[in-house]
Amino acid sequence: MANLGLAIFLALSRAFIAEMRTKAIIRLLFLVSAVTWLALLFTDISIVLSTTNNIKSDVPQWLPRVILNLFILSLYFYYKLKLEKDEILNFVDLLWRVFATGLVATVISLAIKLLDIVLGSTKLTTHVLFIDFVYLVNLPLMIGFLIMAFTAWKRLILYQKSKWLLRLWNIFEWGLLFSLIYNSLDLPLIEGIFVPLLVAFIIIGLVLSGNMKWVAYLNFRQKWTSLLLLLLTVFYLMYGFFTLSSLTETLGSKTTFFTDYRDHIFILAMMTFVSLYSIFSFLVILFNLPTTSVFEQKLEEVVNFQRISQSIQTEQNEESVYNILLETSVSTVFADAAWLEVKNSETTTRVYTYKITDAESREIIKHLNDQHVKGVLDQGSDKTRNLSKHLGSLKGARFRSILAFPIYVKGENIGTLALLRELAEGFNKEMTKIVSTFANQAGISIENFRLMEEALQNERYKEELKIAKTVQKSLLPEVLEQDEDFEIAAFSESADEVGGDYYDTLRTSDTEVALIIADVSGKGTTAAFHMSQMKGIFHSLAQQCIEPDEFMRRANQALVYCLERGSFISATFFLVNTATKKVHYSRAGHCPVLYYHADTGITEYFRDKGIALGMVRNRSYSSFIQAYQFDYKSGDIMVLYTDGITEAKNDKGDEFGYERLADVLVEVKEQLPKDIQQHLIEKLYEFSGTQNINDDYTTMIVKFK
Amino acid sequence: MIHIKRLQEDGTDVLALIGEIDASSSIELDLAIAKSVGEGFTKILIDCSSLEYISSAGLGVFMSYIEEFKDKNIKMVLFGMSDKVANTFEILGLHELLQIGKDKVQAKTMINEL
Repeated sequence: MANLGLAIFLALSRAFIAEMRTKAIIRLLFLVSAVTWLALLFTDISIVLSTTNNIKSDVPQWLPRVILNLFILSLYFYYKLKLEKDEILNFVDLLWRVFATGLVATVISLAIKLLDIVLGSTKLTTHVLFIDFVYLVNLPLMIGFLIMAFTAWKRLILYQKSKWLLRLWNIFEWGLLFSLIYNSLDLPLIEGIFVPLLVAFIIIGLVLSGNMKWVAYLNFRQKWTSLLLLLLTVFYLMYGFFTLSSLTETLGSKTTFFTDYRDHIFILAMMTFVSLYSIFSFLVILFNLPTTSVFEQKLEEVVNFQRISQSIQTEQNEESVYNILLETSVSTVFADAAWLEVKNSETTTRVYTYKITDAESREIIKHLNDQHVKGVLDQGSDKTRNLSKHLGSLKGARFRSILAFPIYVKGENIGTLALLRELAEGFNKEMTKIVSTFANQAGISIENFRLMEEALQNERYKEELKIAKTVQKSLLPEVLEQDEDFEIAAFSESADEVGGDYYDTLRTSDTEVALIIADVSGKGTTAAFHMSQMKGIFHSLAQQCIEPDEFMRRANQALVYCLERGSFISATFFLVNTATKKVHYSRAGHCPVLYYHADTGITEYFRDKGIALGMVRNRSYSSFIQAYQFDYKSGDIMVLYTDGITEAKNDKGDEFGYERLADVLVEVKEQLPKDIQQHLIEKLYEFSGTQNINDDYTTMIVKFK
Repeated sequence: MIHIKRLQEDGTDVLALIGEIDASSSIELDLAIAKSVGEGFTKILIDCSSLEYISSAGLGVFMSYIEEFKDKNIKMVLFGMSDKVANTFEILGLHELLQIGKDKVQAKTMINEL
């Protein structure tokens, strides 16, 4: 935990430092531009001063030009960093920033002009130095405004950029920056390429100005705001150009040694590009205004569509999906009301309504049915229908247009969506298409929803089964009672679906042992539950040393209150008395015992009377149950089993059956119970031809000594 | 899989069970009997001649109606069982609680005598 905390702290502090670093750099860049501006002011004025007084200046001619370029560079990076930092700026905010910069520049420029006017046409205001000063204030302001606009336009142009566009822009931007170097060096060699270079920049600028994708994403209000901002921006630009050109005119008539922007490719290219893009944007937005509502509607459709498709993940039930479908389709096609008729069963339907009463919608449905209108409303047809013409005959109805859609889930028509408008001929083909897509999507959502429910249910069921299986296993005894007179082996294997096979042994006295085998009807958790009840009954009743038939009577009495309708338990209960060498037993509907007589070598099934526990739920059960007894001799074998064994099937569909079971026993009659059991299981698997059993196999084999 | 055919013969509802009845298809048997009872039949014949197998769940369905039928005085007779199916009924002791006839003729006499 401490490490994690430290890591987070470090990451945060690193981010903080990075943030601080960018902030510091932005501040530094601003400082550099301020300093370079002052330097420009100083050097340029000193040159103009020297030359007009015909003194050779100490300041070299090229210095102001280089300083101007330094100023441009620092300002360029200042705005670049500043705007890039703000990632969440929207388009209107961006335009607002440009406008604000223009406003500041214009206000400062106007203030100086006001000063000029206030001072009047004095010697000072016409002096070359004053004019140069005014020029040197106006020019950087203009440059600042241009660079700001340039950076902003970059962001707009590169919105939804392609590879090609990005490449072109990079050429443009780096070309412009390189032109600064060209401007710094006053080489006569490259004088000739001034015009072609400028033209090239203007052409690239024109091409780039064609990228107006952002305009489409403005809504109606934003478009109006943008128009206003752009108009003012263009106005500031025009004002700035006018001021600058008039200043250079005046200044040019007095001296030729000032830093003239008209020789500056960067500034000229910027001026053209920024103005062009502003004007283009203005025009494009203006012409886009009438179609904005259409675009907005399309966007809303997309959003609505998404809502429907996502509703499956977020909504808790089908009803929410229906309501979203109603809401979205109404808002998309400007309907006044809608209803959704969903089949509950074969004959009944439920109506979900939107801005219409249940009664009103039922009335329209009834009216259309009475008119024998063949359409989706009777849910027999599967096509979208415009049923408007049939509404006219319904008196007092406020609606004049109706459009109906079938909704399908897994190819089954589960209901009808009807949209209503008060306007006659209120739906067009386009709307029909959209809403039918919605209806389809809603169908899919509902289907997904149902599938997911099913999957969840399955998962729950599987989990339950797992628990039931564990419970079942734990109910079977780990150790069986053994005696000098007999030996017992037992086996139980259940299929994936838990059954309720149960066997157990209990010593009731030195000479008596109780045995039970039982099969609970049903499967899964209920079976495991009943099995545990049976175990409880066996352990409590067997200890009381009661006769087997009495055991069954009491067990039945106890189970009547636990077993639900249709459930029963078949069981056979034995009391083995080693003193008398007799076995008392009672069969309650369980599979007949297979008995091998060692002395005669005969096998037989004890098909005695007796019905399963829980089948008769009153005292009369006594008459259906009886106690039997036999004497056992050494070598006799008793095989107890459940119906899973006799009913095991091979691939031909034949059952294992009683005869085969008896035969298998005779084959290994000399062996120990454990081995007899092993042999039986092997034969069983061999017979069914698979290791995947589809029922429970349970046997308990008792061999007398 | 089970297919249950219903037809009425002079006031008696005859349900013919075709196929096998296991845990899942026993629900259909239950529904069929419930429907017959719901429609007011007091004599129900169950034709088991095409019933190939019945599991304990299927037997449970018959068992569950015994008391209800006694209360409502509804008579039900099963008939035409194969030895194998009959054996399943016998092992559980259900043959002592249900009326089981050899064939349809016997079943009809049984249901009218009851």
